[in-house]
Amino acid sequence: MSSSAATSSTGSIAVSVWRGDARHGNFQLFQVPQQPSQTILDVVTWIQRHADPGLSYRFACRVGMCGSCAMMVNGIPRWTCRTHVNKVLRDNRLTIEPLRNMPIIKDLACDMSEFFDKWKQARGQFEGSSTRDQQVAALSPGLPRRRIADAATECINCGICYAACDVVSWNRDYLGPAALNRAWSLQNDERDCAGEQRLRAVAGDAGCHQCHAQQGCATYCPNELNPTASIAGLKRMVSQAWFNKGLACHPGKKCGLGKRHA
Amino acid sequence: MLEMRLYLAQRISAAILAPLVLMHLGLMVYAIQGGLDAGEILARTRGSLFWGSSYALFVIAVAVHASIGLRKILHEWLGWRGALLHGFSWLCLAGLLFAGLRAVAAVVLP
Ligand code: SF4
Ligand code: SF4
Ligand code: FES
Repeated sequence: MSSSAATSSTGSIAVSVWRGDARHGNFQLFQVPQQPSQTILDVVTWIQRHADPGLSYRFACRVGMCGSCAMMVNGIPRWTCRTHVNKVLRDNRLTIEPLRNMPIIKDLACDMSEFFDKWKQARGQFEGSSTRDQQVAALSPGLPRRRIADAATECINCGICYAACDVVSWNRDYLGPAALNRAWSLQNDERDCAGEQRLRAVAGDAGCHQCHAQQGCATYCPNELNPTASIAGLKRMVSQAWFNKGLACHPGKKCGLGKRHA
Repeated sequence: MLEMRLYLAQRISAAILAPLVLMHLGLMVYAIQGGLDAGEILARTRGSLFWGSSYALFVIAVAVHASIGLRKILHEWLGWRGALLHGFSWLCLAGLLFAGLRAVAAVVLP
């Protein structure tokens, strides 16, 4: 039902959808019937099923858990499976684009490789030191550091914060809010033993000091995480380590967290 | 870890600037309200170690703070990098230090 008229009849929404790849593209207009409790993902799915089977987009869980369905909706990054049309509709129109700050593969699907590569660069992997023969570490959820780690832990890797961050758009090397938020969560995990290396990774020239703290990430994170606060925590941790002469040290010496690692 | 050092230098210079700016503003209000003329002001500042060192510190903090801030803007908004960015930052620092310390010398040296 691709239409050339921008007018919207009662009961239908005028939806402009980005069509194209990394080099060429344009908006294409569709008239989509409005339904009760309709989400943006429902709109996109309707277009693919009823108007143009060639439309590419990404989703999996449809319940806000997998983080794969994020797109720009009327210029704002959102998780489309949990965004109701009636909350974001303006003059009966919607504009749907692929996430900002990532290369477009086709239509609404962007290439998230750099987003995940930066998780690795920020040492976003948990690194434990105990083996399966040792007892499982008992961690009380009430411990102060555990509370800090918990506050940052519910990330679904949706890339919304990354799309919202202006510093990412200015500096392509910047690790970005999600990777740094993950690093902060691990820095506060008692069981993790890579604190010193991770601190060096996030203190690099593309790391936490690039953040301007305007909270674009925290404003749009669908899980209401606050990467800005996590990044501020990393900056404090790096500064403390640097003043304690821990950061420039080599493996084997004490790091800023007061740990000694091989 | 240049960026981390610049970040720390900018925060430390800001912490130094905060009380000095207040001092400077208070001083201007006092001088004007008290009706001090240029001669009277110079009579108080010439040869004064206190005013000389306070304002020299002020100038150094401004030069560090402003050149790091400008560097950031040029990098992010105009995409400057490498030698151009470093060169401009150093030039900016040197220019502000020269102009500022010259002004301090003019009111402090006998
Ligand atoms: S607070 Fe920092 S990480 Fe978050 S959007 Fe702003 S610059 Fe990016
Ligand atoms: S921090 Fe929030 S916005 Fe960013 S990837 Fe995780 S869940 Fe998505
Ligand atoms: S489809 Fe899984 S979070 Fe939206």
